[in-house]
Amino acid sequence: MRIDGKGRIDRTRPVTFTFDGRAYAGYKGDTLASALIANDVRVVGRSFKYHRPRGILTAGSEEPNALVEIVGPANQTPNTRATVQELFEGLEARSQNRWPSLRFDALEVNDLAAPFLSAGFYYKTFMWPRRFWEGVYEPLIRRAAGLGSLSGRHDAGVYEKAWAHCDLLVIGAGPAGLMAALTAARVGADVILADESSEPGGRLLSDAAEIGDQPAADWVATVLAELASLPNLRLMTRTTVTGAYDDGTFGALERVGLHRRPRPNLPRECFWRIVAKRSVLTAGALERHIAFEDNDRPGVMLASALPAYMNRYGVVPGQRVTLFGNNDGLRGVARSLMAAGVTVAAIIDPREDAPEEPGVTVHKGAQVVRARGRMGLREITVRSGGREFRLETDCLGVSGGWNPTLHLTCHLNGRPRWSDELAAFVPVEGAVPGMLVAGAANGTFSNHGCLAAGAEAARASLAALGRVAGAVDLPQAEDAPYRIAPLWAVPGKGRAWLDFANDVTVKDVGLAAQEGFRSVEHMKRYTTQGMAPDQGKTSNVAALAVLADATGQAIAQTGTTTFRPPYTPVSIAAMGAGGRGEGFAPQRFLTSDQASRDRGAPMIEAGLWYRPGYFPKPGETTWREACDREVRMVRTAVGVTDVSTLGKIDIQGPDAGRFLDFVYTNMFSTLPVGKVRYGLMLREDGHVLDDGTCARLGPDHWLMTTTTAAAGLVMRHLDFVHQAFCAAWQVRFVSVTESWAQFAVAGPLARDLVASALGHAPDLPFMGCVPVTVQGVAGRLFRISFSGEEGYELAVPTRYGEALFRDLTARAETMGGGLYGMEALNVLRIEKGFITHAEIHGRTTAFDIGMEKMISGKKDCIGKAAAARPGLLGAAREQMVGLVPLTDTVLTAGAHLFAQGVELTRDHAAGYVTSVGYSPTLHSHLALGFLQNGRARHGETVRLVDRLRGVDVLCRVSDPVFHDPKGEKLRA
Amino acid sequence: MRLTCPLCGPRDRREFYYSGAAVALDRPGAEAPPEAWDDHLHNRDNPAGVTQDLWYHEQGCCSWLKVTRNTVTHEILAVETVGGDSTAGGVA
Amino acid sequence: MPDLIAKPALGLPPLTHAGTTLAEAALPQITAIAPFPGQSAAVGTALGLTFPAPNCVTEAGEARLVWAGRDLAFLLGKAAPEGLPAAVTDQSDGWVALTLSGPQAVQVLARLVPLDLRDMPRGQAARTALNHLPLVLIAEGEGAFTLLTFRSMARTAWHEIGEAMEKLAARAALTP
Ligand SMILES: [Zn+2]
Repeated sequence: MRIDGKGRIDRTRPVTFTFDGRAYAGYKGDTLASALIANDVRVVGRSFKYHRPRGILTAGSEEPNALVEIVGPANQTPNTRATVQELFEGLEARSQNRWPSLRFDALEVNDLAAPFLSAGFYYKTFMWPRRFWEGVYEPLIRRAAGLGSLSGRHDAGVYEKAWAHCDLLVIGAGPAGLMAALTAARVGADVILADESSEPGGRLLSDAAEIGDQPAADWVATVLAELASLPNLRLMTRTTVTGAYDDGTFGALERVGLHRRPRPNLPRECFWRIVAKRSVLTAGALERHIAFEDNDRPGVMLASALPAYMNRYGVVPGQRVTLFGNNDGLRGVARSLMAAGVTVAAIIDPREDAPEEPGVTVHKGAQVVRARGRMGLREITVRSGGREFRLETDCLGVSGGWNPTLHLTCHLNGRPRWSDELAAFVPVEGAVPGMLVAGAANGTFSNHGCLAAGAEAARASLAALGRVAGAVDLPQAEDAPYRIAPLWAVPGKGRAWLDFANDVTVKDVGLAAQEGFRSVEHMKRYTTQGMAPDQGKTSNVAALAVLADATGQAIAQTGTTTFRPPYTPVSIAAMGAGGRGEGFAPQRFLTSDQASRDRGAPMIEAGLWYRPGYFPKPGETTWREACDREVRMVRTAVGVTDVSTLGKIDIQGPDAGRFLDFVYTNMFSTLPVGKVRYGLMLREDGHVLDDGTCARLGPDHWLMTTTTAAAGLVMRHLDFVHQAFCAAWQVRFVSVTESWAQFAVAGPLARDLVASALGHAPDLPFMGCVPVTVQGVAGRLFRISFSGEEGYELAVPTRYGEALFRDLTARAETMGGGLYGMEALNVLRIEKGFITHAEIHGRTTAFDIGMEKMISGKKDCIGKAAAARPGLLGAAREQMVGLVPLTDTVLTAGAHLFAQGVELTRDHAAGYVTSVGYSPTLHSHLALGFLQNGRARHGETVRLVDRLRGVDVLCRVSDPVFHDPKGEKLRA
Repeated sequence: MRLTCPLCGPRDRREFYYSGAAVALDRPGAEAPPEAWDDHLHNRDNPAGVTQDLWYHEQGCCSWLKVTRNTVTHEILAVETVGGDSTAGGVA
Repeated sequence: MPDLIAKPALGLPPLTHAGTTLAEAALPQITAIAPFPGQSAAVGTALGLTFPAPNCVTEAGEARLVWAGRDLAFLLGKAAPEGLPAAVTDQSDGWVALTLSGPQAVQVLARLVPLDLRDMPRGQAARTALNHLPLVLIAEGEGAFTLLTFRSMARTAWHEIGEAMEKLAARAALTP
């Protein structure tokens, strides 16, 4: 019900929205919850387990009941708290966890079956028989479980991630936070003030208090005006600080567009990573409930929510309000409501010495024992002095006391301390380095106390940064002591709720204790207390108090469960903002990219690079046809392919040769200028790290190439070896991968093509390198081959890459050659027995790939000692071999090798397949693989088995070099 | 988590690559017995408390850093460059 | 003149959102200079520039020496002389240079770069990351920046900066 003259909503801006398909009206400034209250909607959802009708409990992000789905054109967001969701024109909200409708929910039958659904029900029921698990239980549970639903489509919304840095982060803009921010910002500190709400002020906007001689809201406005004038203060509204991490890093979630109609490019949310030198936690406190029979009926709310709804939104959720609580705070609530003309029927206070309140009947030493009204509260039963009576009421405000919002102080493993005086956990000092806690978050509940503590925390924080904050005049404010007598659960037989979101009752906690789950952490998991989206913000402390009672321990000994990030739910979409589609990973494009795509080449991802798979010709219907043609083309004419993705590292200095000798197994310092050598690099543990060629460009100048896959790894390795073991050497190296476009030209006509491109014959011996001028551009020519044919690699500065690629392509095509892609490149190297990281996958040694002779005996190198260790050499090792199927069968990488006749069990496996392809040269499928004692088994027949893909074929073991084993073509 | 690179200054952990215990710096001589290599390569302590490990400032200056930190409190006690101060430090 | 045509990394026209502009700079001349141990002062002298301390840029006339990592600086706007006591490598083709300037430049980069760039004056530089890309960031003063990243990743850099600009522009267009 809306009441006149109250609230901070804009009554000149009406807003229409729908809830469960029905249209309603509210105002700009309303939350969905306040607008539903204004429209007298009482039931807003169904509970998780028993499907009980539920109403709004709170006015904040701690809400356990009012979780709804927000449906937008591109999104469907479940579990949105109606108490946080701001109203906008056209907002479409749906209740959850009900079928077919909110009023009639078929699964409400669970509520009747409640005696069978107690704590641990799932653990006890769905265990046996075992074979039922997959077929029966899991589908059953899946259908009933879960809260809310997803659209099943991609979330097309826009999300954002950002960094922020500051001297002081103030978390929460209530009285303490505003004062802290003001104190620090006035002296020029770089301050971020983050507040969860749409409007800063915290409870100063909710309570009808006074600060100085003005209404608290006016004081807030004055402070905000001053803060807005300070450029060194950043106010972040609608921003919840969700996590505290090491070294002053915080996570925070900003609601950027969730309170508006969607518009292009506007982020829905922004996930902030805030780096703060110091922080002040002024997040306030959360009120808690009291358990009694059917205390979850719609209309039973937290008492503090009533003035919040009235003063912020101008709504009251009932016409005849009753208050029930164990602390003095209810008096203010009563006064506030009565001043606005709301009838307060009674205050029920369990304390015998409870204070009177003018104008209201106070039942002292009394308790609410029962609530009635399934779809909305109608009456309560009160027990007082041994007798029970009924009281008609449509709204009951309950206060079981206040819990400081100390969650962030636990994120780095801080354990809060129990305060008997406050009947609450309070934060311990120093739980988060650099963080001070002030105000209600620290158990200081009066406005005066909060203002003073906020100012003091800012002063202390600045002092730690070596800055002095001036004195800030504290305005006059209420300074009443906080008096409370603990009451967690009213004794009774019926079900009394603790955790509304997960349907945990007092009985469930008692049962957990009785069944031996006496530790608070065990109780939590057994009952699921506090494990719903609200994380038990309004219920955890009561639950562990009930547990303490059941186990006969004090609450301080029982302890509390650990709060972990995030404080409130954070969407994965926000944390992963931008990381979808093109933003998933950087994309690296070759200079030949467009030219390759123009020819219809499908692109293959090779690490971050995009490389052409093959170049289809008209009439070719499969990739194999194109691949076979490209292989034959290279073997009979000439092929061109872009090899710029290989890592290139420029190494210079008088000690460069010495350095290469140390990182490669073989000797490089002796290599003449103008020559290229194949090199093998080991890890220190004796396994192969990478391989590639290294050219000596000058006396003190070398160019190392790495595989595409290991370019970054090798650079990191070289940096390590250099910095750790020979930092004083006269050697420097830098990656030039990006600086050069490099193209392989291979085949019997390779020399002719290079001659045509250069304008003269290359006249370069195998494994030679020479500077060249390519059509006016200074480049480099290497005579190296990864195909087994006569091969050259021609390199030019990257800016000329595309032009040279198109030029070489055109020239090749006039010679009966052309482009070849990754598929053909792979077949060519398999035919030749050349390795890639499919073979040097991290568990193979130089011995395994038949290169142990490349470990020079004349010098030390990284990995040399370990490569010689027992177990890395000998017949028991799986050694690289070639495999040729005896029948025409497609082979698969990952298949296992077995001796003929053995049982196909793991302990009989004798090796595995690493690379496969069809060789149009040898008219056979081929594979490379590793086989125990393989080099001694050439000519043997083994069984190749891949049970996943249904391959089982006999293969002849061979030398891994299938094509031109003597290398005559290379050296031609 | 943040590390203060001696060259670059305080940086978020996302800029760094983690690479295990600083034991990797103490390379046995070429003639060291297999046991020494075994220790060097494979045996690691897992202390609850102060430990030293190696981080590479990959998205930064490319220095290898020896970080002394407490695994219990998460306190960073020291960050040193592995190659000593050979770096070409000029003036601002 | 070479017969081969030189191509820029992107060849895209500048992009402007909310008064902030992203543009591809002309093909820059970049020479990586890595002084051998103990030679940084000598290298500076030979170049007529001071070898920069970490995170710094020194300049003289058109020439700038940008700190680019451990024992490494990039010489911009000038060719390196022969015979420096340093490893000298032409990196002109290895990097794409983007410029970002305007009132939202700092906020745009706050979406992608994990550093506080709000008061970074001319003369400062940083080796850091642009989201997942390697970055040499050079402050040009007054909210303008030069951004060097790997040439092969230029499209990703453009895409990510452009997206951040669009989102900020959408925020800036909001009314309360
Ligand atoms: Zn660094």
